[in-house]
Amino acid sequence: MADNVFIALQNNPDAQPIIQAIVEDNPAAVVNDSPGMVKIDCPKRLVIRRETVEEKIGGEFNLQDIHLTLISLAGNIEEDDDEFVLQWNI
Amino acid sequence: MAAKPRRLNLTQKYQLMTRGLDWETTYQSMDDVFPYDKYEGIKIKDWDKWQDPFRLTMDAYWKYQAEKERKLYAILDGFAQNNSQLNISDARYMNAVKIWMQGVTPLEYAAFRGFAMLGRGFRGAGARVACQFQSIDEMRHYQTQMHAFSHYNKYFNGFRQFARIRDRAWYLSIPKSYFEDAVTAGPFELITAISFSFEYVLTNLLFMPFVSGAAYNGDMATTTFGFSAQSDESRHMTLGLEVIKFMLEQDEGNLPIVQQWLDKWFWRGYRLLGLVGTMMDYMLPKKVMSWRQAWEIYWEESGMALFNDLARYGLRPPKYHEVATKEKYRITHEFWCTIYQFSHATALYTWIPTEEELDWFSAEYGELFDTVYRPRYEYWAELDRKGERFFQKRLPVVCNVCQIPIFHTMPDDPLMNCCLVSEYKGTKHQMCSQGCKDIFDHEPEKYCQAYIPPQQIYQGNCGGATLEAYKEWLHIKDEETGEYYGSEDHIMWEGWKAQSGKPADAPA
Amino acid sequence: MSIDIKTTKIEQRRITFDNVAEKLGEGKIPSRYQEVMYGVQQQDVFHYRPTWDPEHEVFDADRTDIKMQDFDDLTDPRHYYYGTYVIQRSKQQEAMEKNFSVVEKRGLLHAMDGDLIEKIRKVIIPFRHAEWGANNNNLFIAAYGFGTPMPIAADFQGMDRLGNAQYITRIGLILSNNDPEILDRAKSEWLDDPMWQPLRKLVEDSFVIKDWFELHLLQNFLLDGVLQPLVFQYFDDEIVKHGGASFAMVTEFFVEWFAEAVRWTDHTIKTAAGESAENQALLAGWKDKWLPEVKNAAMPLAEYIFAGRSADVIGEISNRLEARSGKIGLG
Repeated sequence: MADNVFIALQNNPDAQPIIQAIVEDNPAAVVNDSPGMVKIDCPKRLVIRRETVEEKIGGEFNLQDIHLTLISLAGNIEEDDDEFVLQWNI
Repeated sequence: MAAKPRRLNLTQKYQLMTRGLDWETTYQSMDDVFPYDKYEGIKIKDWDKWQDPFRLTMDAYWKYQAEKERKLYAILDGFAQNNSQLNISDARYMNAVKIWMQGVTPLEYAAFRGFAMLGRGFRGAGARVACQFQSIDEMRHYQTQMHAFSHYNKYFNGFRQFARIRDRAWYLSIPKSYFEDAVTAGPFELITAISFSFEYVLTNLLFMPFVSGAAYNGDMATTTFGFSAQSDESRHMTLGLEVIKFMLEQDEGNLPIVQQWLDKWFWRGYRLLGLVGTMMDYMLPKKVMSWRQAWEIYWEESGMALFNDLARYGLRPPKYHEVATKEKYRITHEFWCTIYQFSHATALYTWIPTEEELDWFSAEYGELFDTVYRPRYEYWAELDRKGERFFQKRLPVVCNVCQIPIFHTMPDDPLMNCCLVSEYKGTKHQMCSQGCKDIFDHEPEKYCQAYIPPQQIYQGNCGGATLEAYKEWLHIKDEETGEYYGSEDHIMWEGWKAQSGKPADAPA
Repeated sequence: MSIDIKTTKIEQRRITFDNVAEKLGEGKIPSRYQEVMYGVQQQDVFHYRPTWDPEHEVFDADRTDIKMQDFDDLTDPRHYYYGTYVIQRSKQQEAMEKNFSVVEKRGLLHAMDGDLIEKIRKVIIPFRHAEWGANNNNLFIAAYGFGTPMPIAADFQGMDRLGNAQYITRIGLILSNNDPEILDRAKSEWLDDPMWQPLRKLVEDSFVIKDWFELHLLQNFLLDGVLQPLVFQYFDDEIVKHGGASFAMVTEFFVEWFAEAVRWTDHTIKTAAGESAENQALLAGWKDKWLPEVKNAAMPLAEYIFAGRSADVIGEISNRLEARSGKIGLG
């Protein structure tokens, strides 16, 4: 089994830059679309980098803004000002 | 004059904002100030080792939550103004929303209070603040749900009397007894039950496929509060995982206690989710995902990844999870067959699935469905055509723990009913499964107190000993129950459709 | 899929939920506040006794000696449900954020006289613990109170106090250029400095009160009724008068919040007192029991701030409290 972590975001315009950043920073990530929702699976570890999201937005992004579009997640969270990481410590 | 301030990162700042606030009381003993957080036997050596899951300060919370609320209420207002109830896929769908209102919304309120108890009860400030956020979030959820459902209530049956039936209707004892079991336990068990076992391990099965299903079925009101609530849930899930790790890291003596709770609450939560799986499979006219598939994704994959991670603490996956996996092909069908026969004693409508739906079940559930459940539906459809719609005359016998009618079958024999009995102080108590029997046997004193509606009814404590008297006591009228086709909801829906020039639905 | 609404006849079957209609009377259209405030807390048919308090049900009217026909009458005159609450607070926090930003960027607090800064440090920063105490007590009411609206408003009040404590923490960190030592020192003063001990003792005594309505009266009416004006009006004015105008920018929220919270506190106590002579006597008795203690607890603080004028200041504040008391029927 792949021991995936995942993050699910609302499928709306606010989430698009975050999704793009995740795909760019996590080559193993798999994006699954459902009605209203995008679920991104990734083996063991997935990172969201503030800088990458800011590039996509073309402006400032606070990682806590994820709360506005977040639906669900699986994995242990490590969060600082620059990165939001989900991982299994296996 | 101002020197250049030191830079504080998110973690440091949050710690300063929260942690130093509490103190060791001396005029009153800490055990008197926090009387409830020791009696369960969980040992905490150092509350400062608590890792704060999401580092929201109060002002950031106000900011983010206000933004979510503005968006949510704008959509609800638009929904009502545009009569968007006309855009749902089919009025049968509303029964899923009714179950939510009757069974889930009251639990959100109870969770608000339960987490306030934790927000007052734990002696560690970090844990207390995290629980306070969850408490107020849960308050948000019950209120946004009531506001969203308010519009449906104006048109559809099954919503209006929720406050009457949530405590009294036999089928709503399933969710109610689940939550009351948790909130009457000690604080560590409550948080393990709700934040970890339910929110972290199982809630994805509720929110993700079901809310996505609501979106697919045109219910933007439910979709919007559902996903908006879920962004709070992800904070709660993170709290749940932190609680487990914290207890296990604090003292090795905590492991057996926590493991027993996980075993209990996995099973209790799984049984409850059978109801949700049934909503997903049977009440969503447009299907997103079957219960079987959701179970595979969210339990067999994600749940197992989680327990692989937790193995380093000596924790094993919960007892009887293999049984739950074996049951994935049947549980929703067994549930629907039961509700179908007893829906005249609920504030819900039921029906036989359409041909197209039966074929979808065959594809999703394979041989077992075709050999066991399909013939049953065909038989009932035949009775219905003859004008003999099948209803049970008596109330079901329910499990003393999960309160679900005893319809579940043996783990290795889907044709053999499972009913186990425990005797306590001279009284026999019936359970639906080994999982529920273990729970009863561990705390018989607690479960023999359970309010078992069918027993209460037959004892005449619910308005009288007949079904009619019982329904009157519940404030449920005949036209609000039973068969969907021909019901008030169905006729209203067909009327709307006829006016908009769409073809009518016929029963299977 | 879209439907032409103009040609579709859509008849409403009912206005609202039964539990709301029963409370408001048939035919009344409820506000969003009313629609979620009546009959939501379960009152009977409990499955199991709490293992932590087998004498009571999970929600139990007997956790206070106050008796009400319907505890749902203890409504909030601000009509806060979750949405209106967070939206109101978010507007206030946005204003506060601007204030903090100006004060920080321009070093306005540091521009004050050293004596004033020291006074702020000694009075305001340890007060964060009193706010945390108020958080604790309001969470108790949210947890063990009875009826739908009362625990909800108490929960808002509790969260507001966490916000207050955190705003004070920010003031401290600005004063110290983010050196956490200022908070440690304030905490050790809260724990050991004689000036704070009567208050700390009273706060700790309040933590073991079991009657939630008595606690409501003590915390939200008496303690707040004396300490909030003392600290955020009289002390605030004192600082401003001596050249610390910028200080008022970082305490603006406290003043606004308190003026608003008083409406809820007074309304709920007035409603309970108006219900019966027994309630009225009970409430008046609690007031007589606790008010002297509250004044005692505030006195050392008043003496530090106002020296010789302290008795006058406490006198003025308690006159105002007595006036409120009279209006809400406590005598």
